[in-house]
Amino acid sequence: MISRTFRRRVWLVLCALALGLAPFPVSAQQSVYIPITGAKKLRLALPDFKIGSADPAANSLAQTFDGVLWNDLYQSGLVEMVSKSFYPLQQPGTPTDLGGGALAAWSAAPTTAQRLVFGNVVVGNGALQVEGYLYDLTQPNKPFVLGKRYTDQPTPAAARVIAHEFADAIIAALGGGPGIAESKIVFISDRTGHKEVWMMDYDGANQQQLTHLDAICYSPRLSPDGSKVAFMELSSAGSRIRVLDLLTHRYARFPRLGGTNATPAWSPDGSKLAFSSSRTGDMEIYTINANGTGLRRLTYSPGVDIAPVWNPKTGAQIAFESDRTGLPQIYVMDADGTNQQRLTMSGYAVSPSWSPNGEALAFSWRRTGGGEGNGGAYDIYIWYLANRNYLQLTHNGERNDFPSWAPDGRHLVFAVGENESWQLFTILADGTSPAKLTTAGSNTMPNWSWH
Amino acid sequence: MSHSRLRYLCTVMGAFAVMIALAGCRHKPAPAPPTPPPAPAPAPTITLNADPTSIQAGQSSTLTWSSQNATKVELNGASVDLNGSQSVSPTESTDYEAVAYGANGQTASASAHVTVTQPPPPPAPAPAPQPSIQDLWNQNIKDAYFDFDKSNIRPDAQEALQADAEFLKQHPDVDFIIEGHCDERGSAEYNMGLGDRRANAVKDYLVQLGVDGSRIRTISYGKEKPFCTEHTEACWQKNRVGHLVLATPAQ
Repeated sequence: MISRTFRRRVWLVLCALALGLAPFPVSAQQSVYIPITGAKKLRLALPDFKIGSADPAANSLAQTFDGVLWNDLYQSGLVEMVSKSFYPLQQPGTPTDLGGGALAAWSAAPTTAQRLVFGNVVVGNGALQVEGYLYDLTQPNKPFVLGKRYTDQPTPAAARVIAHEFADAIIAALGGGPGIAESKIVFISDRTGHKEVWMMDYDGANQQQLTHLDAICYSPRLSPDGSKVAFMELSSAGSRIRVLDLLTHRYARFPRLGGTNATPAWSPDGSKLAFSSSRTGDMEIYTINANGTGLRRLTYSPGVDIAPVWNPKTGAQIAFESDRTGLPQIYVMDADGTNQQRLTMSGYAVSPSWSPNGEALAFSWRRTGGGEGNGGAYDIYIWYLANRNYLQLTHNGERNDFPSWAPDGRHLVFAVGENESWQLFTILADGTSPAKLTTAGSNTMPNWSWH
Repeated sequence: MSHSRLRYLCTVMGAFAVMIALAGCRHKPAPAPPTPPPAPAPAPTITLNADPTSIQAGQSSTLTWSSQNATKVELNGASVDLNGSQSVSPTESTDYEAVAYGANGQTASASAHVTVTQPPPPPAPAPAPQPSIQDLWNQNIKDAYFDFDKSNIRPDAQEALQADAEFLKQHPDVDFIIEGHCDERGSAEYNMGLGDRRANAVKDYLVQLGVDGSRIRTISYGKEKPFCTEHTEACWQKNRVGHLVLATPAQ
């Protein structure tokens, strides 16, 4: 979902344009470069959770919990985290700690927080127990918004999961919709010497290898229910679509279609895959049922038609890239192949990803020139379908490719070509708060889970 | 009883009586044999064998003879022992005759033939080894290079593929693979498609020139298997290629 704040900002810029104040060049296609300006975010204070037991394990578990929760709230893009150096000396662990004027210290200068998250961590009887609260400091007489208690194994992994769950609860209470703290990202890494499919938490933790094919894997895509990952496997026998069941760790039966077969994409109900195949000698977009039956060809255009992605909101449209006019451009069509429309009109545009609310596409674009024979910067853009406005997210002068939206619609993950290798970053949909997720080997083609 | 049957019975009985009378004669004593004439002097005999019976010039064969009742044996006119053997190395095929002479002038003879073949001529110098199909492939087949982001067959590639087509038509039993490759720039997923287009463009061109399409398999490696890894245009050009590879029988 694109945040309301952001849409308001777009609207303001359009008003400014209408008044003749446009400070930015308008392209021939009436697309508009929309700048990002700092938005006023809620100031949120998050003191370390109070350790409520003498068990030495509590210290390190509390440290893990505090770090993950801070990062989740910081990365949410919804709040401004107030620096800990501005906090009152008193560390609240329970609501009673905030009685007698202690609460007011958090909303007063220099903290001037509008929200306060606090709580305590207890380790005892072989269990980890976390109690957490969200207070609205602008309502000093009735500050309580949220209180949660979690009990789990006293392990760092459990502390991490509890922090993610609590972060998602806070983000939901702040009106940020479904949180992403428990979401996953699949990607391709060559750190074993082969390009295999890997999976990790959204914040880069728990990176695990999913495939062991010793081949070249591309384009992993999680099914909407998160139970399967479809991808391309390239070997000397050719390239084909594979579907790996993450619960059984078995590969589903899937037909070998001949030619190059690449870039699978799940329909939002999980019943179909769209993909590109050269089985007839030319790369065209097809759909097929997830069980391998019902192959259907959608495009009939000489040239490369590849990288389809469904509108996740409606399932009624598919975006893809095509070089039918020269360098690859972004197109949209109905899910039966009709009504094909070109979106980008210049440069080199690839790797579309459709936002969860169906209103925008993200893709990689070199707006002038570009292509195999032309180096230089490729940036991530967001293209708003209703008005064809676009927004440039990256300005790092590097090759940025393979954007994939987070389920909250506020984040994207993408790959940055740095020197000889690629690494993955998340970024807010307004281009702020980049976070590097990977360092080992070369990592690319990320795909964010649907939930 | 008929008259003829009666006569038959009388005849049988009469014959039986004659047989009994004859049987009585065997008991008479035999007459004494006549005195034998004096034994004549035994005649000589001889055998002659060659082993082996066929030799190459320069090799030898062994003649072996054996006589009985002989007082003298000659081998090809030369007096030899009554029994014996002798090694011979004839340079051409030769008949040997052994003659045995008896005491009273009788003779016997035996012959053997040794065939002499000429040694084979020294082996002709070994013919030059036939180049393997892989060698021929490497010497004759040229790859097709492409412009950036293009999959059309440009003039230098047409020339290369025309020569390839001639070779391929002269070796109609050879199957092969066309690999499509791209340089390192551009998006990796898109380049899988671009590499596929290049491979198919080369295939289409060869088929147009009369090469049987069923011999051809295409595969795109996108930018995954570069021939050159420097970041220069010279290197990128090497990687924008339709590369022809001989199919191994397993493929």
